[in-house]
Amino acid sequence: MLQDSPFTIAGREFKNRFLLGTGKFKNKTDLSDSIAASGTELVTVALRRIDLERHQENILEYIPKHVTLLTNTSGARNAQEAVRIAHLAREAGCGNWIKIEVINDSKYLLPDNNETIKATEILAKENFVVLPYMYPDLYAARELVKAGAATVMPLGSLIGSNQGLKTKEFIKILIDEIDLPIVVDAGIGSPSQAAEAMEMGAAALLANTAVATAGNPAGLAKAFSLAVAAGRLAYLSKLPQQKVSAEASSALTGFLFEHDHSQ
Amino acid sequence: MITLSEIKNILTNENSRETEQLAKDAQRLSEQYFGRTISLYAPLYLSNYCSSHCTYCGFHSHNRIKRIKLTDEQMQTEMAFVAKRGIQNILLLTGESYKATPLSYLKSAVEIAKNYFPSISLEVHPMDTDEYRELFLSGVDGITIYQETYNRERYAQVHISGKKSDYDYRRETPKRIARSGIRQISLGILLGLSDVAEDIYEFYNHLRWMEKYFPGIEYSVSFPRLRTIKGMGFVPCDVTDVTFIKIICLTRILFPRVGINLSTREGSRLRDGVLGLGITRMSAASKTSVGGYTLLAPEDQEPQFDIQDERSVEEIVQLLKTKNFDPVFTDWRRIENKVTDAIIKK
Repeated sequence: MLQDSPFTIAGREFKNRFLLGTGKFKNKTDLSDSIAASGTELVTVALRRIDLERHQENILEYIPKHVTLLTNTSGARNAQEAVRIAHLAREAGCGNWIKIEVINDSKYLLPDNNETIKATEILAKENFVVLPYMYPDLYAARELVKAGAATVMPLGSLIGSNQGLKTKEFIKILIDEIDLPIVVDAGIGSPSQAAEAMEMGAAALLANTAVATAGNPAGLAKAFSLAVAAGRLAYLSKLPQQKVSAEASSALTGFLFEHDHSQ
Repeated sequence: MITLSEIKNILTNENSRETEQLAKDAQRLSEQYFGRTISLYAPLYLSNYCSSHCTYCGFHSHNRIKRIKLTDEQMQTEMAFVAKRGIQNILLLTGESYKATPLSYLKSAVEIAKNYFPSISLEVHPMDTDEYRELFLSGVDGITIYQETYNRERYAQVHISGKKSDYDYRRETPKRIARSGIRQISLGILLGLSDVAEDIYEFYNHLRWMEKYFPGIEYSVSFPRLRTIKGMGFVPCDVTDVTFIKIICLTRILFPRVGINLSTREGSRLRDGVLGLGITRMSAASKTSVGGYTLLAPEDQEPQFDIQDERSVEEIVQLLKTKNFDPVFTDWRRIENKVTDAIIKK
C-alpha cells in the first residue's frame, strides 16, 4: 500500500481529506450523521449561523469535540468586515481557525480576491490560522502565501451550483506552483467530481450543498469521503494520463530500434 | 430578462401541468441555493403616525384612528416580549411621518433593539443616503421599501398627498439605501393595486438593475397581497392564490439567490403550501398594530392589516420541522457597521 504523508494545516494532522460545510441541512441530525458517516475531521460553520446564546439547537452542539471547527466569515463584504467577524468568532470561543469568505456579489457569490488577501494578512499577523476561499488566480494565490495563509481554497465552480471543476486548468496551476495545501472548495456536486479534484493533486476537498440537499445526506457524505480517499490514492499511484485515441507504443522512435534489412 | 408578454402568458395560463412544472423548477432551485432552511423574523410596529394619504392603507393621515408612538420604555417591553419567543431578526416599522418619527427617534429605537436582537431591519419613510448611513452606522442591517406599484398613473391615484406621492423619490430609494452601506434591502410591490403582470415586469427590471449596479447588497423581495381593510372603501384587484404562487415560483426561477419573504397576512393553508417553492423567510406570531404584543388589548388595536396566520412561534417551528425544514433564528451576528471606501465610492 502506498504511504501517504499526513494532510497537515498549521501543524495539525488530519487523516481524512474531506471537509464538510454545515449549511443548508434540513435538520441537525442529518448534519451530525453526515459528520459521523464521512469521518471528516474539519468542518466549517458560518459565524452568522451560530446561536451563541442558546444551547438547544445551537449548531456547535452537533459537532463532536475531535472535529476541528473552522469558522467562516460568510456575510463579509470586505476585508474589514471579515476581520471583525473573525474577532467575534474568537471572542465567542470558536477558536482561531478561520475560513475567509469575502463576497461582494450577491448574484454569483464570487469571492473578492483583493479583499481576501487584505483580510488574510491582518488575521495571520494576529495568529489566526487562515484558510482563504478564493477565485483560482495565480497572482492572488501567491499574495495569499505571502500574507500568511495556511492553505489556499480555490473554487471549483460557483457556490451551490454542483457544476464541478469548471476551473480545473487554473486549479492545476495552483497545485503546481503554490507550496501550501490546495483545498478545492465550492461547486463540487458529486463524489466523482471530488475524486477528479483529488486525482489531479488537490490536498483536500470541501463540499456542502451536494451533501446537505441529498436524499440521504449521511450516505452521500460517506460517498464523498470515499471518493476523496480514492482520488488521493489515484494521485499517489501516478495515474496515467488520458489519451484521446489509441496510440502505437513507439510510433515516433521505433525506427531507431528496427533492424536494417537493406544490407 | 423575461418579457412582459411572457409574464402575462405565465400568469394567465390555466394549464395546471405548467403551473406544476413551474413549482417543481422553483422547488429544485430553492433547495439548491438555500437548502431546506427557513429564517424566522417578526415585525414590531413603533408608531402609526403618518403624513401620507395612501387610499389603501389603514394608517393613512386622514383615517381617524388612535395615533400611538412607543416610548423608550414601551419599546423595551415590546422587544423583550418578542425576543423571549426566540425571535432574533426584528423588523421595526412606522407609518411614514418625518415629524413624528424622525431619524433621531429611529436611531434611539435601534439602540434599544440592539439589546435584544442580533439583526435589525427597518420599514419606515424613505430617506436620503446620509440618513440611511447614520442608521447603518447605528446598527441597522436591512431596510424594507416597497414601490407599491410601478404604474405612475395608478401610483398618483392611490398616493394622494404627503411625501409618498413623489413617485420618483420612492423609485430611487433603493439606490440611496445601497449607497449608504446597508447590507440588506428588501423590495416589493403591493399586489392588487394595479395590473399584476405589468407591475411584476417592472419590478423584475428594477431588481435586476439593482443587482447589476449594487451587487454587494443582499436582496430579498416580498409580494404582499392587498387586503380589504375594515371601514375603508378601497377595492383591490383580485390576485388569486394560483397567481400568487406563480409569482413566487417565477421569482425564484429568475432570481435564484434572492430571498423571498412571506408575512402572516397570508393564511396558514397557503403559507404551508408555498413552503419549499421559493420562500426563505417567514414572519411568525406577528402583530401589526403599535403596542400589539403587550401594551394594548386586542379590541383597542388598530392593525395596519389583518393577520391571517395566528399560529405561535412554537407552532411554526413544529410545522417547519414536520415538513422537513430547519427553522433558522440566527442568520446574522452583529458586527460593528463601518463605512469603507468601497461603500462611499458607489
